[in-house]
Amino acid sequence: MTETTLLDVRNLTIDLPRGADRPHAVEDLTFTLERGEILCVVGESGSGKSMTAHAVMGLLPKAVKVSSGGIRHQGTDVLSLPERDQRALRGGRIAMIFQEPMTALNPLMRVGDQIDEVLRYHTALDRAARRARVVELLASVGLPEPDHLRRSYPFRLSGGQRQRVMIAMALAVEPDVLIADEPTTALDVTTQKQILELIRDIQAKRHMGVMFITHDFGVVAEIAHRVAVMQKGRLVEIGAAEEVLNRPKHPYTRQLIAAVPHLIEHREDFTRDRQPVLTAQKVCKTFHIGGGFFTPGRKVVAGDDLSLTIHQGETVGLVGESGSGKSTLGRSIVGLIKPDSGKILFEGVDLLSLSRPAFRPYRRHVQMVFQDPYASLNPRHTVGDIITQGPVAFGEDRHRALDKAKELLTLVGLDASAAERFPHEFSGGQRQRISIARALALEPKLLIADEPVSALDVSVQAQVLDLLEDLRHRLNLSMLFITHDLRIAAQICDTIAVMQKGRIVEIGPAKEVFGNPQHGYTRTLLDAIPGKGWTVPEDVVPVTRRSAALRNSA
Amino acid sequence: MPRIALFISQRLVKAVFVVLAIAVFNFFLVHAAPGDPAAVMAGEAGAADAQFVEQLRQQFGLDRPLYEQLGTYMSKVVQADLGYSYRQQRPVFDLLMDRLPVTLSLTLTAFVLALLGGVALGTLAAMRAGTWSDTAITVVGLTAYATPIFWIGLMLILLFSVNLGWLPAFGTETIGAGYTGWDAFLDKAKHLVLPVTTLGLFYMAVYTRLTRASILEVRDMDFVKTARAKGLPEWRIVSVHILRNAILPVITVAGFQAGHLIGGSILIETVFALPGIGRLAFEAVLQRDYQVLLGIFLLTSVVVVIFNLLTDLIYSLVDPRIEVAP
Repeated sequence: MTETTLLDVRNLTIDLPRGADRPHAVEDLTFTLERGEILCVVGESGSGKSMTAHAVMGLLPKAVKVSSGGIRHQGTDVLSLPERDQRALRGGRIAMIFQEPMTALNPLMRVGDQIDEVLRYHTALDRAARRARVVELLASVGLPEPDHLRRSYPFRLSGGQRQRVMIAMALAVEPDVLIADEPTTALDVTTQKQILELIRDIQAKRHMGVMFITHDFGVVAEIAHRVAVMQKGRLVEIGAAEEVLNRPKHPYTRQLIAAVPHLIEHREDFTRDRQPVLTAQKVCKTFHIGGGFFTPGRKVVAGDDLSLTIHQGETVGLVGESGSGKSTLGRSIVGLIKPDSGKILFEGVDLLSLSRPAFRPYRRHVQMVFQDPYASLNPRHTVGDIITQGPVAFGEDRHRALDKAKELLTLVGLDASAAERFPHEFSGGQRQRISIARALALEPKLLIADEPVSALDVSVQAQVLDLLEDLRHRLNLSMLFITHDLRIAAQICDTIAVMQKGRIVEIGPAKEVFGNPQHGYTRTLLDAIPGKGWTVPEDVVPVTRRSAALRNSA
Repeated sequence: MPRIALFISQRLVKAVFVVLAIAVFNFFLVHAAPGDPAAVMAGEAGAADAQFVEQLRQQFGLDRPLYEQLGTYMSKVVQADLGYSYRQQRPVFDLLMDRLPVTLSLTLTAFVLALLGGVALGTLAAMRAGTWSDTAITVVGLTAYATPIFWIGLMLILLFSVNLGWLPAFGTETIGAGYTGWDAFLDKAKHLVLPVTTLGLFYMAVYTRLTRASILEVRDMDFVKTARAKGLPEWRIVSVHILRNAILPVITVAGFQAGHLIGGSILIETVFALPGIGRLAFEAVLQRDYQVLLGIFLLTSVVVVIFNLLTDLIYSLVDPRIEVAP
């Protein structure tokens, strides 16, 4: 241990309560955090990276205990400190920011007051001095009109602004350690870029030590000085960022890096001489929020003159930031939302002009896969029921439907016996496979996938994307793929439509859109992708590329 | 705050129409029930012939067509004249004003104590979830909730009045004692202890359960973790961050129950022989005393409307996301 060591974690083992899927959340973990460095801790969900951060903060849940090892902060053993001193450390010397800026702030308290609280309990400043400091902090994280913003409630702020408030709060008493637990995962790419820059900036200016937890190697490439990779509670690799990123040693690290979706992916050009399956023409949709009999509400334009065509066997990617109207278009096509005007032609028939009963037969041709596999499957129904409900509703015999469901389960890479089990018995990736099987059960011609992999870990993400890619070739499916992640869109889509504020600002073949973007907004989005400067080392061949190559040769 | 003032004034204007509509509705509701006061009075007088009943009806105006009766009623209501009870030989308004203080002192005290006690106990139970104090609070709450309210009243009388002789069992004051000033107040307060406890226990059980459940939900939210990460002391986390966010459902139910403050205490008033609105209503139903019934209905609806308005206001004060929109 040297003078500059801020955190010294030695042989840390954290026990999970009995009955958990493994005995230790973290096992024999040793690492240090030096002054003036950003240490990225990488791993998939359940790898123990968040647990480690919580242990440092003294925020472990009651059922989870540190059983051996120690955490030292500038020489003081954190774990043996009395509660009072731990509180002084927490928020005082070590500060933390969290993943979800939407829920991490108290919704009923003005943001200024929430920052003020920290100052009140960690400093002897008087009211006026604290107020001045709050304004200064808000200004230092780049928030506009800090004196006005101080009096706002969190719900008035955007996600990025809230994360800035969280950072201001963490910096309130000039801590020397900042723990950031996936602080940009819930943000849009452009916002992510700004927040990453802010963290890097502040870290350099104040010479802090930052422990940055993430699962995204793009983000790692962007800001890390050193990288620690964790798997199932163990540290498998630690070293300088340049070393780990370009010459990963541990197989798990290589596997993680291989799963990272890459922007310029070689794929064949889609030949457009096939039939159009679906054509959207000048679709418009405006949502009216609030308002009453006499007072007009707020208007949100989610669709403004949207037109696009999906051909037989084509995958069209709809990309854009949250609130750009991507999902509104997807939902309009499935008939979950009624647009204000425009036409949606499915094989020449305008779906919007149809009555409910006349629309019904078309439902089976257009199916949807939703974002959150934890919320989109009914927890009280067996997987078999979930898959067969659609076909049975369309007059299929129950037994035949169940047989087909089992076939579909094997098709999506699950065991046929999964039909008798319930959704909670499956992991997130498996559930998304079930969702896909459910959608395929109706033998749709068009699949709408609304952010189908954004709730999954990178390696699982890669598997599900591979599955979708494989299925579309085998079943000659057309697909509308909605995503906020351009890297994923680049990997799976033939055609890309970029949406901004309810408009399609650019549409074209993926290669052209990514290789030679015409619209300024597309360039902004591309520019914001984390880790552009880093290319995956040659010897770590991405799994997805390999499978694509296999398919092409077959 | 002009926005709040605008909200209140608009709501009050709406409230006037709501109350008038309720008055009309009540009028028809009461007249839809079979029997009328004339028939009941005649029946009580015994050996009354049809002519006598007809004479009574004429005297009370019950022979007029319904819409004419409604017209008369409504024109009086808008002048705050609730009519005259021939049974009691007194104006209805005076009758209500006589009884109102008894009921309000009982129900309001019980309500406020139950709310404070319930929130405090619920918080305690939730923050110590799984320990013996949580179990004890939950068991006591469940018992208070599940036991018939009049039975609790009777048992309390048996224990504290009959066996221990500490507290009076019924009435609102010691008759003929001639207390004045502070003594009179103390005497009245003593009489209220048992009925307030009986009624309050029930309400408190509801608030305890509600608060506990709501806090357990809020306790694990992200912003509570943020508050811990800031190094705040535990009491501050509980009071400022958790409780304030957990209190909304409690306010909803409290506002709902507050609307029942006038009519919800019939049982208690009966067990403890308190001359309140609840018993007045009960007697008025038996005697088909239309004027009194209508008066009570109107009073109740006014109370409900006022408490709804209050609940909405408190809501917007507690939660900035809820805006007061007229």
